[in-house]
Amino acid sequence: MAGNKETDAHSGMETTGHEWDGIKELDTPLPRWWLWIFYASIAFAVVYWILMPSWPGITGYAPGILHKSDRAQVVTDLAALKAQRSAQASRLATADLATIEKDPQLQAYALAVGQSIFGDNCATCHGTGGTGAKGYPNLRDDVWLWGGSLEDIQRTITHGVRSTDPEARTSQMPAFGRDQILQPGQIDNLTEYVVSLSHRPANTAMAAAAAPVFQANCASCHGPQGLGNQQFGAPNLTDADWLYGSDRASIKDQIWNGHGGVMPNWGKRFDANTIKALTVYIHANAGGK
Amino acid sequence: MAATSSTFFARHGKLERHSLLLLIAIIVVVSIGGLVEIAPLFYLQSTIEKVDGMRPYTPLELEGRDIYIREGCYLCHSQMIRPLKDEVERYGHYSLAAESMYDHPFQWGSKRTGPDLARVGGKYSDAWHRDHLIDPRSVVPESVMPPYAFLAKKDLDYRDVADKMRAMQRLGVPYTDAEIASAQDDLLAQADPTVSGRALKSHYGSKLNVRDFDGDPTRVSELDALIAYLQMTGTLVDFSTYKADAPANKR
Repeated sequence: MAGNKETDAHSGMETTGHEWDGIKELDTPLPRWWLWIFYASIAFAVVYWILMPSWPGITGYAPGILHKSDRAQVVTDLAALKAQRSAQASRLATADLATIEKDPQLQAYALAVGQSIFGDNCATCHGTGGTGAKGYPNLRDDVWLWGGSLEDIQRTITHGVRSTDPEARTSQMPAFGRDQILQPGQIDNLTEYVVSLSHRPANTAMAAAAAPVFQANCASCHGPQGLGNQQFGAPNLTDADWLYGSDRASIKDQIWNGHGGVMPNWGKRFDANTIKALTVYIHANAGGK
Repeated sequence: MAATSSTFFARHGKLERHSLLLLIAIIVVVSIGGLVEIAPLFYLQSTIEKVDGMRPYTPLELEGRDIYIREGCYLCHSQMIRPLKDEVERYGHYSLAAESMYDHPFQWGSKRTGPDLARVGGKYSDAWHRDHLIDPRSVVPESVMPPYAFLAKKDLDYRDVADKMRAMQRLGVPYTDAEIASAQDDLLAQADPTVSGRALKSHYGSKLNVRDFDGDPTRVSELDALIAYLQMTGTLVDFSTYKADAPANKR
């Protein structure tokens, strides 16, 4: 097997001297370009070890002479971003909400910030266009559970609804059926009464029977005429806007189980400026009451 | 003759002809790479940041994490906010090593078909998670996530939760024997706020989400566990006391 080196007649290359069954192995050198890239990468690695954090030691790691840190870099990047935004951001910080709406330039900035924040954080529940879904209020129709003024919207965003924030907007509709506060028959009657409140055809006898039940159990929050009360987040029952569905089954389900939505307190995630911008964005899109 | 040469490279022939010797040499060479990269992580003090607030997962969260792994959530969702401007702007503070110190295995993931979930805890309501897991397109019409409606219908099988915690304990998660002993009680207490007189909060602190997560108070479903886990992710470390400038916390 191991034999003498010789020069191959066809290629002019030296052989390794190995021979198996008459087949000899050429000792062709690596291509030059490949070899030089290989040496260059070794040289690069050595330079990299010196410049960048690399080798672990006993108590720490070699920080490299550049002291490069991704975490320090992101702090710098964020500071640069803040500086870039500072001119408009500082105007946003000092102006009150009503002033922002009246100043077209400032409003345009607030709308741009608001739209970007809304897309990632609010649209998940309230829908891409803010049109809501069952259980998630529509933000485009100027019908408000907790108030649609700029200050009300700002407070709702900051502290949330039934969130863990101590200043959260909170109320709880009782689960009249599940907790056996009312009899199933009474709830059927009440469903007809609520349907009749929104000017739709309903069983008048059942609705009439439920009228005193409504006054005793529902009117304290929804009002004697069912017009709602934003202090308790109690919706108006006489309009065409239904958070948990307008059909009889949905209304009955809501009386039975008393669903109450939770909105996170965004004050823990966003700074005051971002919430201001978001407030202006939502207010503008809802028609701005 | 090559075999007579005494240079290092010429002895190469010996390695190539003895498969066992070659195998041993390969193991030696590969383990040098492994040791240099992996071993320091076990003894270097600066590997894991000094933070306040990290605690082992509650039994319910641990069960939720196991469902997260079982359903392969990590295949489409990362739990790793990189220290890059865009990511910090969107998801919040970049992830710390300390935040996955009780994860065995860690859930960093490597692909984002869906968004990063490292700080999804508290971002949306339980009702949203419920609706979204049962039918993602009911709340996010453009979503490509598959529905996980069966989680709501399946009772959580938590009979072996104490064993799971014991396994975690062996891997270095500081569960006490008392916590393991009351694992099932603690699990039930977290999923039902009306259950009282249990040691849950003395074991895992007062900053716990204790409620019925899946909207069905009559039972503990797999959905309860998964939502409990999701609502905790990224919320444990107290960033008000975290010193990013400390040399030990730089990377």
